[in-house]
Amino acid sequence: MVPVEFRGFAWRHAGRRAQAVAGVDLRVEPGERVLLLGPSGSGKSTLLAALAGLLTDDSGEQDGEVLIDGKPAADQRARVGLLFQDPESQLVMARSGDDVAFGLENQAVPPGEIWPRVHAALEAVGFPYGPDRPTHALSGGEQQRLALAGVLARRPDLILLDEPTANLDPEGAQDVREALRYALADSEATMIVVEHRVADILDLVDRVIALGPGGTLIADGPAAAVLAEHGESLAAQGVWVPGVPLPSRPAGTAGDVALRGDGLTLAYPGADRPALDDVTFALRRGELVAVTGPNGSGKSTLALLAGGLARPTSGVATVPGEARPLHRLPARRLATRVGSVFQDPEHQFVTPTVRDELAFGPRQAGWPADRTAARVAELLDRLRLAPLAEANPHTLSGGEARRLSVAGALAAAPDVLLLDEPTFGQDRRTWGELVDLTADIRDEGTALLAVTHDRDFAAALAGRELVLRGGRLAEGAAE
Amino acid sequence: MLTLAPVCDADAPIARVNPVAKLAAVAAVSTTALVAADWLTPLLLLAVLAAAIPFSGIRIRALARHLAWLWLAAGTVVVVNALFAAEQTGRTLLAFGPVEISSGALLDGTAIGLRVCVAATAGVLGFATTDPTDLADALTQQLKAPARFTLGALAALRLLPLLGAEWQQITTARRARGLEAGWNPLRRARLFASTMFTLLVGAIRRAGRLAAAMDARGFDSEIPRTHARTQRMAAGDWALTALAVAVCAGAVAASVAYGTFTVFL
Repeated sequence: MVPVEFRGFAWRHAGRRAQAVAGVDLRVEPGERVLLLGPSGSGKSTLLAALAGLLTDDSGEQDGEVLIDGKPAADQRARVGLLFQDPESQLVMARSGDDVAFGLENQAVPPGEIWPRVHAALEAVGFPYGPDRPTHALSGGEQQRLALAGVLARRPDLILLDEPTANLDPEGAQDVREALRYALADSEATMIVVEHRVADILDLVDRVIALGPGGTLIADGPAAAVLAEHGESLAAQGVWVPGVPLPSRPAGTAGDVALRGDGLTLAYPGADRPALDDVTFALRRGELVAVTGPNGSGKSTLALLAGGLARPTSGVATVPGEARPLHRLPARRLATRVGSVFQDPEHQFVTPTVRDELAFGPRQAGWPADRTAARVAELLDRLRLAPLAEANPHTLSGGEARRLSVAGALAAAPDVLLLDEPTFGQDRRTWGELVDLTADIRDEGTALLAVTHDRDFAAALAGRELVLRGGRLAEGAAE
Repeated sequence: MLTLAPVCDADAPIARVNPVAKLAAVAAVSTTALVAADWLTPLLLLAVLAAAIPFSGIRIRALARHLAWLWLAAGTVVVVNALFAAEQTGRTLLAFGPVEISSGALLDGTAIGLRVCVAATAGVLGFATTDPTDLADALTQQLKAPARFTLGALAALRLLPLLGAEWQQITTARRARGLEAGWNPLRRARLFASTMFTLLVGAIRRAGRLAAAMDARGFDSEIPRTHARTQRMAAGDWALTALAVAVCAGAVAASVAYGTFTVFL
């Protein structure tokens, strides 16, 4: 339980001209539970990194002070625990118990005390396995709870949470929030959390601090008061403020069938059941069909087979006008028939500039140069990528990269677009943009299939839903 | 999926031995096989290693898979050394145009092949029965290797299987973009390079995040670390090391007594 204070704090990342944050003055009282809100670029993560003592002299330039219990944060590392967003890249060891022990070993906890503390921390987060469980065999939600146990075992006086559930499916996120609730009720530590999805975390905090671009203070006070007064503007900046209505874009009448899956089945060698088992469906122009279901139910497999990207064990996916099933089409032809947008946009980037990225599909398909140029200009304009035309795709922000990956898949004018978790981890503003973009694409007559956990996205756009359970279709069948 | 768990029964006698003891035993056997240039010493060592397999807890089938490449390598070594020996001595076994193999050269080639087999089998027996975490612990605690090195390597090892999965995803995403190697070797090479680039960009970012996460849990603090699990040499561990040294000495002695022993210089 410690007080935390920023005094005229500013930080400039090495190699950047502009400061990430400037003139931050904040005080958090001992034991307070604070939600830090703000659009991307407001420096929330920079503030957390500063408190965790991760901003070293060689990584940038600091002004002002960051104090924990009145002393510089850099000297108080042992009293601070930081939970990151990505579970996969914060686990160190191969065995679960060892991973919790890692932080204790670093703290020079006597060997005799390590294992009791490891067991207590695993129990506190509701970890369902023993300490020998391999970390690679855990689901995202389980990995994140294990990482939380690693934080708690060190008994920090200040707990920092950087979007702890943003990378998880709804079920895993729920488990992590349960674990947090239980652990925080049991602890006196001061806590600061960064989170876009406010509703999910509101009962854990007693104060909300809202930051604007560059770390300027916009609002500060009890959660209810801040949200009542600034809800609209925070929502406009990308915060998921509870109660602010979401857009809805219902579809018109669906047209002809644009893609058909017949008895699609994929069994991986050695698996005890097929990942996808005899799924038949049709996808029509001008409609968006949401594919939903729990983890491991075969959603992504369905998207791969429907996109002609994996070879089905039996069954076929076909589009009108192609005699061959999709998985046997050459890639350059496939891209003119079905576009696929993956969860990680960077996996799809194949050229050094945004402009080339858009021209790539049409060139592969052998379009004449003037038609390609016209298509690129149109897409740059429509997806508001024109100012970034010469930028390297790997340098784009999350929302921009997402828009570019959609534009790239659309470039060769396929009739069908498949989306894998298009809104995963996006803030509300980007989310709204993606809903509008997707609705426009749909209303122009493209057939869309979206694998998604996002109830709101499905509600805003989907005409119907394919629900998968254990690889089989549960409802919303064929026509 | 590629995993890093040892491919053996964890309760088998050899699997339970301290990693440093195993390292010493493997070093003794491999060094002996390297130094002895005759055929008898490695043959005896190989027999002892074969006798040790049941105590390793490794399933024979898994071991055979691990060693499949080795038979090929050893066979190649024998053939190459027999064919291209500096001088063909003894009885001529095969003559076909310029190709000539004599009994002396074949024996020398076989000896070299056997030595390769011994070193490789000993290595596989040692490493397949050792958990990487235990090895890192032992290296840090007993041989005073820096934790930054051993634990850093361990953390990197944990990320390896992820790279395999990511390679698959990138390749799939490329096909969706209209990019596929097909049969053209030039395109294949270019696609390989560009996929590798994307993989590396992702890997470097992930490594950066992992390093930050490790530091956030105090890895870079100046305090000397403690160890959750103590690794040290027990009587049984010393016994294994001693046994390995004794077997090596025995094999050399037998070879000397039989009159075949020579030293590789």
